[in-house]
Formats: sequence, structure tokens, C-alpha cells
Amino acid sequence: MTALLTALLRLALWLALAPLLPGIINRVKAWVAGRRGPPVLQLYHDLARLWRKGAVLSTLASPGFIAGPAVAWVALLGAATLMPLGPAGGAVSFRGDVLLLVYLFAVARFCTAWAALETGSAFEGMGAAREVSFAVLAEVALITAILALSVQTGSVNLGAMLAPAPGAGAVLLAGGLFAVLLAENCRVPFDDPNTHLELTMIHEVMVLDHSGPPLAVILHGAALKLLLFAALLSQAVLPLGALPAPAAGAAFAGAVLAVAVGVGLIESLLARFAFRRVPLLLTTAFLLCLFALLLAWKGGAA
Amino acid sequence: MTGAVNLLIGLAMGLNLLALASSRLPSVIRTVAVQGVALGLMPLLIEPRPDWMVVVVALATVAVKGFVIPALLGRAMRAANIDREMQPFIGFVPSLLLGAGGTIAGVAGARLLPLLPEHAGTLLVPGALASIFTGFVLLVGRVKAISQVCGYLILENGIYLFGLLLIRSTPLLVESGILLDLTVGVFVIGIIVDRIQRAFDSLDTRKLTALHE
Repeated sequence: MTALLTALLRLALWLALAPLLPGIINRVKAWVAGRRGPPVLQLYHDLARLWRKGAVLSTLASPGFIAGPAVAWVALLGAATLMPLGPAGGAVSFRGDVLLLVYLFAVARFCTAWAALETGSAFEGMGAAREVSFAVLAEVALITAILALSVQTGSVNLGAMLAPAPGAGAVLLAGGLFAVLLAENCRVPFDDPNTHLELTMIHEVMVLDHSGPPLAVILHGAALKLLLFAALLSQAVLPLGALPAPAAGAAFAGAVLAVAVGVGLIESLLARFAFRRVPLLLTTAFLLCLFALLLAWKGGAA
Repeated sequence: MTGAVNLLIGLAMGLNLLALASSRLPSVIRTVAVQGVALGLMPLLIEPRPDWMVVVVALATVAVKGFVIPALLGRAMRAANIDREMQPFIGFVPSLLLGAGGTIAGVAGARLLPLLPEHAGTLLVPGALASIFTGFVLLVGRVKAISQVCGYLILENGIYLFGLLLIRSTPLLVESGILLDLTVGVFVIGIIVDRIQRAFDSLDTRKLTALHE
């Protein structure tokens, strides 16, 4: 009973904290540009406003138009229950849960793309095609990074994989996973979350026809995904298992914050890459993870 | 000491991949320059007690590879009015994958070689093989004459890394001779690039296959 209660509490924590991260990123961007910027809690206000509004439904769309975002959100919530939180570990943990994590991300992506295709709008189909084709490359990098961690620790359990010191490949892994984070969450070198030109958007164009509560669910899911990737990145790179619990918790929170600030800085200082350059960047991320894998492999053999 | 050497060679291997991935000529030239400086510092790290000869060779290498040659290449670029885009025969992603494959093959292949025990722990031989392979890919896979020079320089960096294995037995004369050759070679290529540009209105080496009066 207490286990269920703590699991629910942790889920509530994930849900409550997720919209904070985009707020921090926007704050950093405003600070670099010398603007006042929106308040950190802006996304909470947006979500509350969207939730009160009604949804406009196309007559063409099937129930998948609503079901897609909902299923994606639930899949990301499931991923959040698997993701360990620093010294506290994961709410649910079993052997091979890392595979489930990867597939939950894939389900979320599939459902978002499916909901985007429902209205039959050409722009949304374009966005879905881009999202999925970039994801093919990003997923390879993510899986290679997970393989590297798995070879390093000899385990396929997320909690056991992320706790120990990552060894020599940490820098490579950090670079590769950060690029994956930017690509998966449609951040700047890959996509511009602020753009309003349909031809250049990826994620934003997929949600053009959603409104009201479904849009709120999509936005919250995107924030949750960003927090998930930030948590994965910081735990993969930092040797949290070697620290005492309070220090590890503080280091974990600091690292997630640092990732958000890093994303904000990158968005302020870089322009979005041309589409033909994106595969090159993602291949670089894959190679970074591949070299980390080789280092882990060789280090394990020696 | 071995850790620092391996770190520098790892950096050079990373720069190899960067040179393969970059689409602008100046950034490739800069990459080659940084690689030259990193490799030029290596003799100081490898020798436990560097004497004046080693110091002179290292400083000369850093000066020539890090500053003189990039300056010559930059001058040739400005003189011939070359636009900065690279034109690849082999696309950036395939050449990057080729380079990564070459690096992995270099690390794997060096294990099979009968090396001296003091060299077995370092990345000297894998780094040399990887650089030579990267140089070949750049030489073969790029259209413009200047990017081929960069490929040649990376190839030479690989050979230099191999030469570091023999650092105690190579006389100063040989080292300085190689450096001088390299400088003169790049200088001459700078002039040739200008000539090619004037004769063909482009640096596309594919056009050089047709004979002219």
C-alpha cells in the first residue's frame, strides 16, 4: 500500500515539475537576449487556460485525433515511472526495463504522428514525416548510448545502469545524449519551438490542428519528455551512485537545471540548421555514442 | 605521461572526424592547424627528459603546421577567390561513417601488429592509421584542390605520428627536412591553385583530366 502511495506521489511530482523546464529555458533565452521574458510558471498558466477551453474537432478526424495525444501522454507517464530519480531509484524497476523505456518513447512518437495525420492536413503530414525520419537517426544514437551504459555496468536495469560512475566515455556519452535530447524534443539546431512558419516546423506543425485539452496534453507531454531526457542525460553522466544520498539528490537536481540552461543557451546562440545538415549532426551523435560504447567495451575487457 | 599522450591523440582522432564532417573550407583548414599543433606538442610529452633538439623540432612543427601552412592556405584561398563551400564526391555522412570505420579499424588493427611493449599501451599506431585513412578519404572524396591539400596534410600528420615511434633514432636533419618539404610543398600548391583557378575558372579537379594546349 505504501509502495503504491509513494509511486503515486512520485508520479505527481513528475507531473508537477515537468512544465517548469520549458519555463527555465525560456527564462535563459530572455536573459541572454536582454528581455524580461515570460514568467517561469508561464506553461502552467497556459495549460490551465487550454484545459478550460473547448476543443475544435475536424469532421474528418477519427477518434484517434483525441486518442493519439492521450496515449502518447500515458506512454510518457509510464516512462516517468521507470526513470530512476537519482538516489531514490525508479518507482517501478525490473530487469530489462530500459527496453520498455525505449519502446514507450517510440509509442509516444507514433501516437503523436498518428494524431497529426488524422486531419489530413498536408502540413501536419510533412511535420510527421520529418519527426519520424529524424527520430530514426536519433533512436539509433539513443540505443547505442544505452548499449554503452549496459556494457559498462553489465546490466539491463535502468537503476543499476545509471548509478555507477560512467568511466572514460562520459564526455562522449554526454555529447551524444545531449544531441539526442535536442533532436527528440525538437530544440534549436533541429527545430525551432518558437517558429510560426509551417514549412520549417517539425513538432509544432504536427499539433497545429489540436486545441483545448488535447493541446494541453500534448504540451504537457512534451515538457515531460524533456524532463525525462534531462534526467536520463544527467544520470548517465554523473556518478550519482558514488555520492551520499543528499549530495546525489542535489547533484541530480543541479544537473537537470544545468541541462535546461544549456538548452536555453544553445537556443540563444545557435540558429536552426538546414534540414540537410540535420542527418550529419545526428550521425555525429551516433558516432559519439558508438565510441563511448567501444570505450566501455575495451575498458571492460582490459 | 601516457594518459596525456593518449588524450592528445584522441583529440587528433576527433579532429579527423571533424575535418570529414565540416562543409566549409576555412573550418577544415583550422581543424588541420589545431591537429598539427596537438601533434607538434607530442615529442615533448613522449620524451621523459627532452633535450634542446627535441624542443626545437617540436616548436618548429607547431609553428609550421599550426601557423605557417594555414596562413599559406588562407592566402591561396583569398588570392584565387575560392568560395568556401566544400564540394564532396563522397557525401558528408558517408565520409564521416567511413572515417569512424577507419578509426575503429585502426584501433583494432594496431592490436594485431607486433609492437614494442612501450608502444602497445599508447594510441600512437591507431591514431596514425586513422589519420592516414582520413587523409585518403579527404583526398579522394573532395573536389577542390585546396581541400585535397588538407587531406594530404592530415595524411602527413598520420605519417608523423608513425615517425614518433622512432623519435630517438631520427636525426634532426630528417625531421627538419620533412618540415621544409611540407612547407615548400604547400607553398607550391598555393601557387598552383592560383594557376588552376586562372586557367579553368574553377578549382574543380575533375576538369584537370581533359588535356589542353
